[in-house]
Amino acid sequence: MIAHIVIWPILLPLISAIVLMFFWNNSRIQRLISVFGHGLTLFSSFWLAMRTFSGDILTLTPGNWPAPFGIVFVADALSGMLVLLASLAAFCVCLFSVVSIGKGRAGFGFFPILQFLLMGLNGSFLAGDIFNLYVWFEVIIISSFVLITLGSEKAQLEGAIKYVTMNLLASVIFLTGIAMLYGLLGSLNLADLSVKISESSDHGLINTAAVLLLVGFGIKSAIFPMYFWLPASYHTPPAAVSAIFGGLLTKVGVYAMIRVFSLLFIEDAFIRNILIVLAVCSMIVGALGAIVQQNMRKVFSFLIISHIGFMIGGLGLFTPLAIIGMVFYLFHDIVVKTNAFLISGLIFKLRGSFRLENLGGLYNRYPFLSIMFALALFSLVGTPPLSGFWPKLFLLQASFADLNWWMIGGIIAASFLTLIAIIRIWLAAFWKKHPNYEEAKKRIVWYDLPRIQKTILLLPIGMLTATSLYMGLNAAAIADVCHTVFEQISNPQQYIDAVLLTPNNTP
Amino acid sequence: MEILLAITIGLLYAAGIFLILRRSMVRLIIGLILLGNGANLLIFLLGRISKGKPPIIPEESKVFLDAYADPIPQALILTAIVISFGLQSYAIILVKRAYRVTKNDDIEELTTTDEI
Repeated sequence: MIAHIVIWPILLPLISAIVLMFFWNNSRIQRLISVFGHGLTLFSSFWLAMRTFSGDILTLTPGNWPAPFGIVFVADALSGMLVLLASLAAFCVCLFSVVSIGKGRAGFGFFPILQFLLMGLNGSFLAGDIFNLYVWFEVIIISSFVLITLGSEKAQLEGAIKYVTMNLLASVIFLTGIAMLYGLLGSLNLADLSVKISESSDHGLINTAAVLLLVGFGIKSAIFPMYFWLPASYHTPPAAVSAIFGGLLTKVGVYAMIRVFSLLFIEDAFIRNILIVLAVCSMIVGALGAIVQQNMRKVFSFLIISHIGFMIGGLGLFTPLAIIGMVFYLFHDIVVKTNAFLISGLIFKLRGSFRLENLGGLYNRYPFLSIMFALALFSLVGTPPLSGFWPKLFLLQASFADLNWWMIGGIIAASFLTLIAIIRIWLAAFWKKHPNYEEAKKRIVWYDLPRIQKTILLLPIGMLTATSLYMGLNAAAIADVCHTVFEQISNPQQYIDAVLLTPNNTP
Repeated sequence: MEILLAITIGLLYAAGIFLILRRSMVRLIIGLILLGNGANLLIFLLGRISKGKPPIIPEESKVFLDAYADPIPQALILTAIVISFGLQSYAIILVKRAYRVTKNDDIEELTTTDEI
């Protein structure tokens, strides 16, 4: 079904970015327009998502060439929900950065680049063509390169070198995979490729291309042997930037993997076993890394790696329940990880440090705020009524149904280790007495902030916590969406028909 | 011609991977550039090379009468070249800035981000 709404979540950030660049020197107006632009994008994404939840697959061919020849944008339930969550996370991060990003960074184009990043994210969720997906990936990484280095502190530059190298390498590997697929099958459209791969007999070369794409996306989503760049770079930029990176960038890799391994390559036992081994290793290694770190943001960075493992594991199991659990986990993780990094930024404002040994006394001083933070942090662990509980339950049930002891052990151990990591943060930042408050007081900027700015800093965290609570308490609604996603990705014919059988653009 | 291109691509990939495994930041960037060029040539080669057969339909006909050169790989390479040009120039400036701040060309010495 042709629908023009598909293009708006991509166009609106682009337009806002261009408008923002006309106000290069006026950071006050930039902040206003930026919030407004993100709000509009969020609205259009909401509209798009609502139309995809019924199970319709919306398409749009921007060049008006029919599908296998021209570029096509496709929005199914998975893309729709991810676009909505990406726009929500970006809106919250933008609100947070209105106060937390200083004049220096805003003067070098922080706000337009944030819009470009959102454009790239939404574009890659909606791309229906594998080369187009590559181009959106490049839009994302070039924007993220600028955001991670903006400010040019020593740690930032060192982290950026590792980040840039691994991302460029991943792009080259991804491009090599695309070249092989095109050489073998002569097509780039995902739906067309899916048809041609099922007809092709050249399994050896197609599996090679599959593994190349797995490595490319694996580096981007930081799974087990390829994750070292992530904890080396995500804690270096300002908290707002860490939040959008931690919430969304690795999830794009996971999304691409879900898309490619459900639509293009029919999973055989070999690929499934690779995915499960990688998943279990990521879960355990990431969680073990998290419990020894002293820097709050590094704890969250390692938890990203651990929790990516849950999703990859779901992809490896590939039973109905596992797919529902994986997709639910993906949705939950975007909201919660963004929130966790924003909370670390707010704690920095309240106490002047990211390091656990220099924190303390938050619960005593701000009991209500602490309860809100606790809700956010413990939904990361998966404490029952909160949003992390349901996807973990689904994944665990799926592993038991499959009698996959590796996954069962991995999920339980990783959840337990996550609990330890979160309890460490809770004890150190909230319950412990502050080690030397009088000395730290000088570095705390919170007391000097006007009331309106305090509210703007708290608002995005409140919104994300509320979203996460909604996902936990009204899990049936989210599970319905996940079920629609499951029906679409377990039956690629729907996607193929929607893309290839739509005649032309006239609605 | 295909054999020659295949060997060149293999050499570019091998040299690129060798260089990014070195410890020097400058070699790292050169290695990434070589890898990018290798990938571009690979797309070119896998799009089938044919000489003197433009993808143009003769005036008196409605369909292609002969095998023709595929224009898509060239469009892809053009896109990939422009993108990698931008990314590489960014990476070069980054290395220059990092060298000025850290006074170091050795990647193993970049340990500020590793402390617990």
